[in-house]
Formats: sequence, C-alpha cells, structure tokens
Amino acid sequence: MHEVLERYRPIVDEFDAFADAIERPLGKTARVNTIKADTERVREAFADAGIDATPTDWHPDLLHLDTDSPGATWPAFHGWIHTQEAVSTLPPIALDPEPTDTVWDACAAPGSKTTQLAAMMDDRGRVVANDRNMGRLSALRFNAERLGVTNAIVTNRDARNYSLDPLAVDEFDRALVDAPCSGEGTLRKNPAALDSWSEGFLADVSGVQTDILRRAVQATTPGGRVVYSTCTYAPEENEAVLDAVLESEDCRIVEQDLPLESRPGVTEWRDDSFDPSVERAARVYPHLNDTGGFFVATLEVGE
Amino acid sequence: MSDDETYLGLGEATPEGNAAASKAGERTEADLDDNVSHRFDRLAPTDAERTVAGRPSREAVLQWWADRFGIPPETFADHTFWEKGNGKLWVLAGDAADPSDVEAVGTTVLRTRQEHWKPTTDAVQRFGSHATQNVIDLTRAEAERFAAGEDQEIERWDGDWGYLIAAHDLAGGRAILGVGLYVHGELRSTVPKGRRRDL
Repeated sequence: MHEVLERYRPIVDEFDAFADAIERPLGKTARVNTIKADTERVREAFADAGIDATPTDWHPDLLHLDTDSPGATWPAFHGWIHTQEAVSTLPPIALDPEPTDTVWDACAAPGSKTTQLAAMMDDRGRVVANDRNMGRLSALRFNAERLGVTNAIVTNRDARNYSLDPLAVDEFDRALVDAPCSGEGTLRKNPAALDSWSEGFLADVSGVQTDILRRAVQATTPGGRVVYSTCTYAPEENEAVLDAVLESEDCRIVEQDLPLESRPGVTEWRDDSFDPSVERAARVYPHLNDTGGFFVATLEVGE
Repeated sequence: MSDDETYLGLGEATPEGNAAASKAGERTEADLDDNVSHRFDRLAPTDAERTVAGRPSREAVLQWWADRFGIPPETFADHTFWEKGNGKLWVLAGDAADPSDVEAVGTTVLRTRQEHWKPTTDAVQRFGSHATQNVIDLTRAEAERFAAGEDQEIERWDGDWGYLIAAHDLAGGRAILGVGLYVHGELRSTVPKGRRRDL
C-alpha cells in the first residue's frame, strides 16, 4: 500500500480491508449512453461479440464488462457506451438534473460526468461544461460528440471567477463541482496516482477547491442544488472545503440518497474540527462496494 | 478529395448554390457582411433574412437533410444551427442568446462552404437513424473496414454518388456507422482518425 494512505488510519474503520482493496485492480465498467441506445441493445451487441455485460445491481445502465479493451467494440464505436468508473457516476446521480435545467459543470473535462448529465436530461435543457485546461477540453469535446450530446455549451475559463455574461442565463439551476484533487481514490486504476503527492500540494489545491465551490454556490439560484465531489480521502480537500464554504456562503449541506454504501464525512481531523453537517457528505471507500474511492456532498443554496 | 467533389457534379444541387441570388431579393452576396471566423453566429431562419455572405440559412440546412437523406425537418425542431469558421456548422439543443467566447455549442454537424455539403460522423450517428434514402447497408466485414477508415470497392450500390450514410445491422436493427463518399464504385470512409477502430 502507498505510504501516503497511512495518514487515513485514524478515520477509516476496517483499515486492513481498505488497504487490501486498494491493491486489487479495478474491473471495467461502462455506462450506457441513453441518448443513442438502450441497455438491452447494448447487451445484445456485446453478447454478439462474446463479451459478458452485466448491469450493476445499483445502476441498471452501468455495466460490468468482461473485457480489457471496451473501447475496441461496436457499442463504443457507435457511441452507445462510455467507459466510466463506477464511483464516477455518483455526482450526477446526487445532482439529479431535470431536462429543463441549466446545469453548470465547473470542472468538466474529460466529460464523463458532463455526458452523463446530458443523458439524464434527455439531451435537453442546457449543460454548461467548463474546464480551465484546453488540452483536457478537447477530450471532453471528443467524448461529447461521440456520445451525440447536443445540449452542451463548452467554455474554457477559470471557474473561480466564472462569468455568466455570454451564456444567456442569470444563474444556474444546479451546479457540479467535481474538483481537481490529489486523486488518491484512483489508485486502483492508476497506481502512479500519488507519485507527486505532497502536503504543500494539499494546501494549494484545497484553496482552489474552496474558491470554485464558493463560485458555484454564488452562481446557483436560491433553493438550487450544488454537488461537490472529489476522488481523494483527504479531509483537507473534502470536509475542510465544505466547512469553509458553509462559513462564507448562504447554503447548507443536505442528506443524500446514494445507491452505494458509504461512510459519513468526518468532523474531526488532526487539529481541526468542522461543522457537524459535514457528516451528511459521503465517503466511499474501495472495500465497501469494490470500487474506487470517492467523496460526494450535496448542498442547497439558501432562499 | 476536392477533385472528386468537383468531378461529381451530380446528386442534388446544394441549396446555397442558387439561393443567394434568387431568394434574397435585391441583395447579392457582395452586400452581405463577412463571416467572423472565431465567433458562433446563429443561422438566419431563411435565405431572405441572411446578413452574412455565403452562410446558409436554417431553412436551407433543413431542406438539405430532407432532400439528401429524407430526414424530416421536425427532427431538428428543438435545435438551433450555428456557424463558426468558414462553413463549419454546429447544432445545439435549444438556444443561446450570445455564445461568444465559448469553445463549442452542441456538436459539429455539417460543412457547407464547398460544392457538396459534408455531414459529420457524429451528426449522422446522432440523427441518421431518421434517414430513409442514401443509406448504404454494409455487411459486417465491410463495416469493419469502414470503421477502420479504409476505402473499399462496393459495386452493388446503384443510388446517388456523393456523401452517403453508411450503416450495418447490429443487435436487432440498423446502426449508423458514419459518412462515406461514394464515387466510381468505391466507398471511401470519412471516419476521422480519432474515431477509427480495429473491430
């Protein structure tokens, strides 16, 4: 196990199971792109190719695939599926957008969640997909076009001081902040994820995360929903960010109804303590559902 | 490819070819503004309402999909069309008042500032299931070559030359592969490099 993860021993129950799970490779999963196909047809196409595609028991359109190269299949060529890690489907589920909504995806590239949001909205309404990194934006555009998404407008700006001026909207109905993070939760698919980890990076990135989430709360309509997610276990990047935004913005953390087993957010970390409502956030550990690691919280903007 | 398109000289006439003079009343192309290449602009509803030289109208685009592929105009009832760059059209669900300073509105759909309009792979995969004509159905082996970006001899096609929608049968129905250019008994795959797959 990577030594960095030792720092989470105090907050992860069943730490040995956690450590063991991280050593196991992650199975391949793909989300059916309901803009272009349905699950029954996708499964039939995989069956034709001799590939077993089994729906997960918690998400009927998310398939476990018995192949190492799902990209080289007919369903992928046709844009009927998008290979996506199981936990990565959680933030759009928590955001639960309606087809009439205008939704901001603040850190959108490479577009797995953007395209999931678009599909959940029947490719109607509006998804404003932003990312600061132009190179990653081209991956987002490639994915959105392959999946037939026509309801997205793509922007390349700094989310921290994002301007809505050129978008024909005054505010968003919902916003997703799937923040850039130290990425510990992706170790099962990317064993090199922590090679450049440092405490200094944590301090820098949590400042960025806080500023982006703050802007998302400001840009979302009163009563609207904002989802904050990361793929890290670090409280500095999770509960501490929520705590800072609760302090400065008019919003609250609400209960979530997620389809996967999770643990509550932590209220104490080293010398810090956080607002008790951070317990409504969800920590998804690899050993709980045999997935990657994840953090997700749902906020409601004050009326 | 431009040589072939020029040589073709068949299939349907493109709407833009004769539209400017006949439908825009007194105006000629020279009276209209130039296209601004880095900005998204909404297509005018009809040719008569155009303000930019060479830019097709929404009406002309819908007519083209109907004439070429039999795709009904209602298919795009909830979409708007935009131009960025010279003849590069985009299709967006719904509307947007001023999408300046954005990277993309919806998805690329059609290239129009050439003699034969060329739909994109992504657009025909998205909307091509509504097509009723100029669709060439490929065998599995032909579909594999097409998806790999290869050109191939296909003698059996006796329809129009030019841009066709290529399809194959997959999991109980027709599945749209992309756009092929059919000339001289040969179907040329236009699947972009990044979308090609060895299947």
